[in-house]
Order: sequence, then structure tokens, then C-alpha cells
Amino acid sequence: MMMSIMERLFRKRNDTASVAKERLQIVLAHERAGRTAPDFLPLLQKELLSVVAKYLEVEDEMIKITLEKAGEVSVLEINVELDKARIRKSLPIATEGKPIETKKAAAGI
Amino acid sequence: MSKVITITSGKGGVGKTTTSAAFATGLAQRGNKTVVIDFDVGLRNLDLIMGVERRVVFDFINVINGDANLNQALIKDKRVDNLYIFPTSQTRDKDALSKEGVERVINELRDNFDYIICDSPAGIEHGALTALYHADAAIIVTNPEVSSVRDSDRILGMLASKSRRAEENEAPVDEYLLLTRYSPERVERGEMLSIEDVQEILSVPLIGVIPESEAVLKASNTGMPVILDTESTAGIAYGDAVARFLGEQREMRFLKTQKKSLLRTLFGKA
Repeated sequence: MMMSIMERLFRKRNDTASVAKERLQIVLAHERAGRTAPDFLPLLQKELLSVVAKYLEVEDEMIKITLEKAGEVSVLEINVELDKARIRKSLPIATEGKPIETKKAAAGI
Repeated sequence: MSKVITITSGKGGVGKTTTSAAFATGLAQRGNKTVVIDFDVGLRNLDLIMGVERRVVFDFINVINGDANLNQALIKDKRVDNLYIFPTSQTRDKDALSKEGVERVINELRDNFDYIICDSPAGIEHGALTALYHADAAIIVTNPEVSSVRDSDRILGMLASKSRRAEENEAPVDEYLLLTRYSPERVERGEMLSIEDVQEILSVPLIGVIPESEAVLKASNTGMPVILDTESTAGIAYGDAVARFLGEQREMRFLKTQKKSLLRTLFGKA
């Protein structure tokens, strides 16, 4: 993918075509990866947030989900920022003493 | 069996309409009953390139809306047998191409023609998506230039996900790359992406390379598909591309730089 050192060394001074090729290969690798990202990611983020929100007071922007491709392996990364979050005073189990009712985050989507 | 071929590119101004006109004419010349449809609603131009602008009475939108039937709207070419032009409307209503309406018209055309060439508008909006939806094959017109190659890649993604064949889990659309405005001299000087560069990036089989040629503008000036200019490199290259599409093996031509002699430089044609 990257041009070999030899190619770089022997590139003619006005060889702009190889610059074009290299730039295209890099930008398209990015765009193709974005294109194949599954479209359930936003929904997953929303549902995860609703689960976390039962226990912690969290805001929307405190949870981040990314799907990255490194070679053959895809990594789903979920980051929840906790240092600002406070534990909820009334946890669902403690107060109600019955199974947790899971809200359907998908409702209406 | 009837085949829908969409001529598309993403980027504007790369030669979609020129290619649509050339391909439709070439297929008809070889005895295939062919219709070429302009999908660029609001910016009708295929009629000019085909030289039938004064014969347009009814258009694509009229037929979709049921205001006219196909026979009233199709314009029969006077130069080539088996060739029909289906002009689009000048309406500004972009949504005039309803999904059901287009499908009905395409199905009716499938019953009557061997090849249905869809001249896509630029962009990735409704018109372009409608033009590629019914494609059995797609010709991706690309200039050896960064923005054109990037947009072609984007359109290839659309064909793989948004076409009818993709939606209905049928065999994927046959994709072909057509490189236009190619200049071997500039490639040799390292100023232009080469055929190999573009193919390596897009990984789509090459159906033809159309060299940069003055004949293309001359042809559009007079409303004659450039493939009929058999003296020109572009016309011959389009003829080769059509032959390859129909399964013939043909060498790519006009890819070598021409060393001009002094006499040819002084008196020769480009």
C-alpha cells in the first residue's frame, strides 16, 4: 500500500500521478471501511446507554461506540466515561424488589 | 433476454451522456433493438447529444404519469435502425421519477427491447439511485483524476447495496470500468493516473479506454453520437468497447504515445 522507498527515490520530480494514486488509496481505504459499518451501531449505543443509565447518572455523550478494522480483525470498542457519573440513589433492584423491567430502547425506531 | 445497462459515474462531466449515446448506437448498429433513456430529470441533454432535440413531444415523466404511452414518447433514430431515444422531462420536480412508475416503464421496455441504456444523472441523489436501481450491468465512466475515481468508488458501493439485484439477493450487477479522456502522453510524463493505477484502485474489469479527442466535442456540436465518427480515435475506441461488451476479444488501442514526425506535426491531424 505505501510506496516503497525505491519508488519514492526514483520518482520523477514532476510525477504527480503517483501522489494522486497514494492519496486515493488512503482515502478510499477509510471510506470503504465506513461504508461497511453495520447500521445497528447507533441503536446499540442507545440501548447500552439505557442499561447503564439505570445504575449511573450518565449523559448521552459519555458513551462512545466505535467499530474499527485492523487488517482481518474488527474491534468493537465501547467506552463509558465514568468519572463524572454518579451512582443512582435508587437502584432498580433495591427499591422495587422484583425483576428489572427492561425498557425497550428500540421502541419507535 | 432483455438487459438494463446503467451508465453512471457519481461525478459530473466525465462523459456519461456521450458514453450512453455511443453505447446505445453501437449496440443498435450490431442489430440489437436498443433504447437509451435520459434519467437526468430537469437537465435534459441526451436529446441534444443524439441530435433529436427538435423531435421531443412527450417524455419519460409523461409516460410515468400516464399522459402518453411509450410509442408516443420514443423517438426513432434516423441514422441507425433499431435505435430509440427516450427523452426526459424539463420539470423541476426531482421526485417525478416514482419508484412504481419507473418500474412499470422499465418492465414494458424489457418486453420490447434487447438493451435498455439508462443515462444516469451525476450525484448520488434520487435520480442517480433510480437510474442504477434496475441495472443488470453498469458501466462506470471514470476520468483518470482523483475526484472522478473517488466518486466512482462511491457509486460502486451504491450498486452493491442499493440496486434491485442487491435488495432482492440476486446475482450482483455486472460492473465495467470505462476510462475516458485518457492521455497516454500525460501518463508517460507522470501527470495522469495510468490505466493500471485506476484499475488497481477500483478493481473493476476494464471495458474500454477512450482517448482524449477533439472528435467528442465536434460530435456533440452536431448532435451525432461520436461512435459514428469512425475516423476518430474516440469513435473507434467506443466501437471496441461495445464489441467487448458483447463478448468479443479486442486489444486496447491508442494507449501508446505517438512520436510525431516533423511533417505530421506540421500537417497531420491530431
